[in-house]
Amino acid sequence: MIPIVYTIVFSFNDARRTNIVWRGFTLDNWLGICDDDRVCEAFGNSIVVGVTATIAATVLGTMIAIAIVRYTFRMRTLITVLLFLPMATPEVVLGSGLGSQFVNMGVERGLWTIIVAHIMFCISFVVVTVRARVASLDPSLEEAGRDLYASPGQVFWRVTLPLLMPGILAAALLCFALSFDDFIITNFVSGNAETFPKFVYVAASRGIPPQSNVIASAVFFLAIILVVIAQLSAGARRRKLAKTG
Amino acid sequence: MAFGAFANTGPDLSASAPRRRSYVALILLAPGILYLVATFVAPLGSLVLTSFKEPGGDFEVGEYVYAFRWENYAEALGRFGEIFLRTFGYSLLATIFALIISYPLAYFIGVTLRRFPLWQSLVLILVIAPFFISFLLRTLAWKAVFSDEGPVVGFLQAIGVFGPEQYLNGTAFTVVFGLTYNYIPFMTLPIYASLERLDLRYVEAGGDLYAGPVQRFWRIILPLSLPGVVSGTLLTFIPASGDYVNASKDFLGSTNTVMAGNVINDLFFQSFYPVSAAVSILLMVAILIPVIAYVAKSGSEDLL
Repeated sequence: MIPIVYTIVFSFNDARRTNIVWRGFTLDNWLGICDDDRVCEAFGNSIVVGVTATIAATVLGTMIAIAIVRYTFRMRTLITVLLFLPMATPEVVLGSGLGSQFVNMGVERGLWTIIVAHIMFCISFVVVTVRARVASLDPSLEEAGRDLYASPGQVFWRVTLPLLMPGILAAALLCFALSFDDFIITNFVSGNAETFPKFVYVAASRGIPPQSNVIASAVFFLAIILVVIAQLSAGARRRKLAKTG
Repeated sequence: MAFGAFANTGPDLSASAPRRRSYVALILLAPGILYLVATFVAPLGSLVLTSFKEPGGDFEVGEYVYAFRWENYAEALGRFGEIFLRTFGYSLLATIFALIISYPLAYFIGVTLRRFPLWQSLVLILVIAPFFISFLLRTLAWKAVFSDEGPVVGFLQAIGVFGPEQYLNGTAFTVVFGLTYNYIPFMTLPIYASLERLDLRYVEAGGDLYAGPVQRFWRIILPLSLPGVVSGTLLTFIPASGDYVNASKDFLGSTNTVMAGNVINDLFFQSFYPVSAAVSILLMVAILIPVIAYVAKSGSEDLL
């Protein structure tokens, strides 16, 4: 808890370039978040990377999750191992591997190579999360749909997908959080592009501007609010079920 | 289930019987699997190839040709052998500390607070709260806390444990502390997930059979929460062993606390790709061997 309090408190610090010593309370950093425009640019890049990687990884991962639970196919073990390995490999190895691949191929590194890397490490986490939801899905609901003459497409879009939605959303949130906070892999594949964590890392040697504490604090409050809302609505739904059921 | 418990895996997977329409499966699998082959398997292969390269004829930093050069590995082991041992030691210590802190915490949330869902949610949010703030900034905050002018060093000097010349930042203590702190949620959540499903009637039955509290813990609670402990250990040990932020000199480390990740990072950015690749491969092998042994021993039927 100490680091969180520290980060939030120091977002109100009356400092310019380096934010280490407490110099008194001010709201300037919050009112002028973009006074250090590099912070804002890095933050914007993080959002772009996070959203793009989340959408792509969630789609790819959900497809794999459905296939793994619902179908038998050859090379199942091999595919399971392939999905497990990225999670069991230290991030430095993933990052330096993809990084040296880009160097070997002469690919210029930038925002899109970061996106490529983030999709890669998100897929496995999406598969794990969505797969649990697919496995607990009651197949009789889909059968009921077919009995009512729904086409396979209709069954998927109107029965299967809505029922999987909570799992898919959880996977997407996890992926976005992982992507937003990733520094280790990003560092190897980013070239000159800066995400928010990379900005903080680079700035660490010469002093962090207080605006980065503002952005971190704002993201923190937003996330906490979202989680509390999700918890409360889940609790309300449970109570409602308990009443009607 | 090693990693599955982290995502709170639901009931058994046989609920819907697998169907045999493999062409649909192929369509569903192909894009994602091809993507992983291109961005995970191929880079690993390229890493192996790179680790055997040597500097090109007209040597310029970053120009290398393939030469089946084992010396890169000899160099990696010779120069960085001690660093590998340190990496392993730090990650192991951090994993053990995280387990010691997380188990009681997870038990408290998953079992003690079971009757109070609101409190359970609140404490759970506290555990995951650090996830929502950049981990680099959190680590920098610890650096400030442990700094020479910070409260901890001041206190230690005031009570006479520390002399005026002694410091904390950049020591093994701060690096292991940082690693432990950063990975505690990864340990707590899977253990919580398996303890939350623990059927307390088993524990009661143990009590009825005259098992003391210690026996009930060792023979009932711990074995039933083992899947969570296994995935928590892996989720802590693996990222900790590859971490190069905590140990880097701008954060909690110094030149005396360099870990394998720092070596890979530094060599990579000095364009010494072959040796960097050799260190990466060695690190991956060094991590995978204990992980596979651990997973095999703890009897995980399904890795995902």
